[in-house]
Amino acid sequence: MHFVNRYKQKLLLIISVCFLIPFASKSQTDIDAIMMAKNNFCVGGMYGQSSWKNYWEGTFKRNNQNIGTVSTKMVSLMGNYGISNRLNVIVGAPYVWTHATAGTLHGIKGIQDLSLWLKWMPVEQKLGSGIFSVYTIGGFSTPLTNYIADYLPLSIGLHSTTFSGRLMADYQVDNWFATASGTYTYRNDITTDRTSYYTTEQVISNKIDMPDVFSYNFRAGYRSDRFIAEAVFDKMITLGGFDIRKNDMPFPSNKMIAEMLGVNGKYNFPWVAGLSLTGGASYTLHGRNVGQATMFNIGVFYILDFSKKAKSSSKTSKTN
Amino acid sequence: MKKKLLFFATILIIIITITSSCKKSVTGRTDNAPALNPANEDVNAGSWKTVLLKRPDTFAVAAPAATNSTGYVAELNEIKGYQKNLSSEDLSAIKYWSAGGVLRWNEMMRELVEKYNLAPYQNADGTYPIPSSANPFAYPLFPFANPPYAARAFAYISAAQYDALVACWYYKNLYNRPRPYQVDSLIQANVPKTTLASYPSEEAVLAGVTAEMMKLLFPDEIANIQQKLEEQELATIESGSATRSDINAGEALGRQVAQAFTARARTDKAGASVGTPAIWQNFVTTTEARNETPWYSLETPARPPMLPLFGNVTPFLFDSATVVALRPGPPPSTSSSDMKQEVQAAYDQIKNPTREQIRIVQYWADGIGTYTPPGHWNAIAAEDFILQNYSEVRWARNFALLNMALMDAGIVCWNTKYYYFNPRPTQINANIKTLTGIPNFPSYVSGHSSFSEAASTILGYLLPSNASKYEAMSQEAAKSRFISGIHTQNDCNVGLQVGKSVGNYAVARAQADGAD
Repeated sequence: MHFVNRYKQKLLLIISVCFLIPFASKSQTDIDAIMMAKNNFCVGGMYGQSSWKNYWEGTFKRNNQNIGTVSTKMVSLMGNYGISNRLNVIVGAPYVWTHATAGTLHGIKGIQDLSLWLKWMPVEQKLGSGIFSVYTIGGFSTPLTNYIADYLPLSIGLHSTTFSGRLMADYQVDNWFATASGTYTYRNDITTDRTSYYTTEQVISNKIDMPDVFSYNFRAGYRSDRFIAEAVFDKMITLGGFDIRKNDMPFPSNKMIAEMLGVNGKYNFPWVAGLSLTGGASYTLHGRNVGQATMFNIGVFYILDFSKKAKSSSKTSKTN
Repeated sequence: MKKKLLFFATILIIIITITSSCKKSVTGRTDNAPALNPANEDVNAGSWKTVLLKRPDTFAVAAPAATNSTGYVAELNEIKGYQKNLSSEDLSAIKYWSAGGVLRWNEMMRELVEKYNLAPYQNADGTYPIPSSANPFAYPLFPFANPPYAARAFAYISAAQYDALVACWYYKNLYNRPRPYQVDSLIQANVPKTTLASYPSEEAVLAGVTAEMMKLLFPDEIANIQQKLEEQELATIESGSATRSDINAGEALGRQVAQAFTARARTDKAGASVGTPAIWQNFVTTTEARNETPWYSLETPARPPMLPLFGNVTPFLFDSATVVALRPGPPPSTSSSDMKQEVQAAYDQIKNPTREQIRIVQYWADGIGTYTPPGHWNAIAAEDFILQNYSEVRWARNFALLNMALMDAGIVCWNTKYYYFNPRPTQINANIKTLTGIPNFPSYVSGHSSFSEAASTILGYLLPSNASKYEAMSQEAAKSRFISGIHTQNDCNVGLQVGKSVGNYAVARAQADGAD
């Protein structure tokens, strides 16, 4: 258990990848090897934005002067509660707005999806000169409003209810760590406002089968009580889907691939216990039917300690 | 321990939720359309008024062999051979085609329009390549199945199918050959039995006429269409409702009728509708000479206007002089306060769109990569026709009326668009963002409104109990273009009037074609 305490205040949130469509609300505490301690509640807000000018139409990389640069911006509320030192529940919900700098297409704004993650650490043990830990994470997300999905690239989300399972392993020696994870995401079908559409054939229905998604994630860097700095590689692939045809519009059930490289950082302020600043940036190296997005985000978080220890000690600056 | 239990309980709940709400297999609304089993076989359809054929027997169909001839007996044995070993694929093909050839070929046509409705990607120098029927497999593939192209393609296919089936019905009555299952009790009917004569096969007539028309309209698809033709013909034989000679005579008749329509299509001026750079420039010059702001392309790089001479194409329901007569008067001058108000109204409408507004726009958008507004009205009609228990020939007749109305509405609409060459609201006020792609042709009058009201008018005549539904849909389609920022209200209102006038010509034809 003492290992957990070491990580007690370490919380890092970045927004995830934004594609032609943003999967914008994915807080990444669900994908790092850090647990909130029992009865601690970390709450915070983030601003993130993703923008791209070039995109891949199938494998063909191009730009489009009729949309210019497409940006997706979001503000998100997030929380992470330590049910125990080994079991955390994480929630998040963003407000998203989109914009294209050229052409005539109207941007969209609105509340997107609720995400809920249960993160469990069944294994934490000494291994060699470091600490080895294993995590299993279950995720659920569902749209909070009836926003339009079939309006790519300017819709604010894909409006699919999803279920995710993730296995993650972490190894830390002194302050240096490396984390690897793989995630399978089941995506429910969605509804379009049209009565028929074309994929590689005509579908006479307003229902769209969404391909599931597999992703993996590697991260490595330095973490201490004061700060965290890490590099991240992430790859996602839809298991199925079809390519955007030349000069066609994108579609929610496209085949999507994205490889991203990024950096994240977190700083814990020494003068206010529990207050931290996070930030991150990433770049899409390669993709298919997605925009070559550059992303950055910044967030402020604060940990409320509801454990007995916290109640006995009267901390003053807990209003955030 | 308690926590572990809690965790596993949660995982279990998630798994149960997944398995109970698993929705991964989308089925089409017409996948399980029932087999045709018409209450009225329309046995006298051989006397219905054709579109292009002078007479139902313009193309001769030789008398069939007698049902006791050795050749015919061999054909019955062929059916028995197939029926002994029907695979599940065979049975699903029989079921698929039993819903009606007109329905299934119409669905395929819509699919082809979706597949080919893509505007060409620009050249490196900012010009655009133009699809060429002389080299259809090179990029950009021929055709670019945009709304006018699609309207014309639907009309030719449907009118040709109709004439071919009228001829088919004529010969059925003339020769009165029984169905295989009526001649030989060992042959099963895998589709509902009919009293309609067998020769020539209506399924093969439809396959032949459609496949032959495709050579002109979607030349890249000839091989795929040929496969569909063979699938339909085989399914018909396996169903026990036609023999090989019924099929052969039907396909040959269908192809001959198609050639008459192909000949018309080659001289209907559609081939010249793309225009030339000099013609495109002339629209600008003449509009400026009238002291009006000319339309320009809002695409980057600027794209040549879509089929500017489509308004000169020879219509089906009236002559070219009538096109000019049906062309409405001018829109408000681009410099007038009326126009300023119209554009301001468009801006006010689009500033803060509601979800319901977005839904209506997307429902009717029918833009790039879709089957276009004419295809949408075909889909609407098809799903209602399924409920009517029509004979094949009545299916064809009603689609011919619908699609001739849609094509002719397109002609009058395009004629109007390029006569006035009126700018889009967004061109006048760049703050007007749109909820769907902005079409690359002049604004006045609205194409959606023209197409929709023409369709609604003829469908309302054909299915009077649905008339108010179609009218409401047409009104909503027109409105969708105003609330998407694509059109002024006036563009839509006058478009509806154009559609109504054209639709009335289709109604007049329907009243006089002998089918009602």
